[in-house]
Amino acid sequence: MIAGVLADLLGAGTVDVLFPNGISRYAIGGLLVGLGTVLIYLGTGITAGASTFLESTLSYVSGRSRFTQYRPSRDWRVVFTLGIIGGAAVYALIYQGDPWSIAGSAWTTEVSPWRLFLGGILVGIGTRVGKGCTSGHGICGVGSVSRTSLVGVATFLVVAIVTANAVSALGVGL
Amino acid sequence: MPLILVGGLVFGFGLGFSHMARPEVVLDFLTFDDFGLLFVMFGGSIVAGIAFWTLPKLRNSAPLTGRPYGRRLKSFDRNVLVGGSIFGVGWGLSGICPGAAYASLGVGNWPILYAIGGMFIGAYAQGVWRSRDAADASAAAPSDD
Repeated sequence: MIAGVLADLLGAGTVDVLFPNGISRYAIGGLLVGLGTVLIYLGTGITAGASTFLESTLSYVSGRSRFTQYRPSRDWRVVFTLGIIGGAAVYALIYQGDPWSIAGSAWTTEVSPWRLFLGGILVGIGTRVGKGCTSGHGICGVGSVSRTSLVGVATFLVVAIVTANAVSALGVGL
Repeated sequence: MPLILVGGLVFGFGLGFSHMARPEVVLDFLTFDDFGLLFVMFGGSIVAGIAFWTLPKLRNSAPLTGRPYGRRLKSFDRNVLVGGSIFGVGWGLSGICPGAAYASLGVGNWPILYAIGGMFIGAYAQGVWRSRDAADASAAAPSDD
């Protein structure tokens, strides 16, 4: 339906170029991500973000004040993260066959370990210093029309676009 | 807690279904090869926005926690720009963000553990760095015993 409207607006060829994998899986996935957020909000009033889990979980092993401030929320954040892992596993079981077998897994990422690891370190620092990630700022913050979050999303989106294109232009492989 | 688990399950299923859990898809988006991810971010935030806007008008507080329904508003300061930029470099390099990384693990993409390990190291490093001031303050304060 959305694809049809966009095709009318932009012309079918443009849609194929902009969205080579179609739109529905993105739109449906996005609605489900929003729905998960809403379910939690509906019952608890919590606007759940994913990256605080990194710090709140560290409070189990570290007494540093940056981590211990999240002690009251650390248990539900573990549950939330386990839910995310479990939900994705259910998706994989339905659509990908045998996700837990390393050999039989439908896909593992081609992005090289150093990019994942170094990028992960920067994501860990940046999301915590910057007060949120793609779910906290991107879903909950934008949904709240929070100016801080809109600026935050614009910042990490622009920087990520520049970074990804620069890395690609330098001829660095995945 | 059960509700948070269910919410997380739906959230994670959505991340899997949208393919955002796959770093290649994020990198394709960032290099303008496939704009589909716009629908994930805007779709998700619009659904959330409708709830954040509607529920506070219907009720004062959440039934399970008594927590007041509010919006997610955080104060703006330089950290939002500094942290956002660092996160942006990391996201552009690896194609993975925290929520999608957890989902990616659930899909069975085990190399994502490199990224999750990195995230914990990064979060720990900034936490130690930023706890320093607080630690100095309490160490400098005279002790009564």
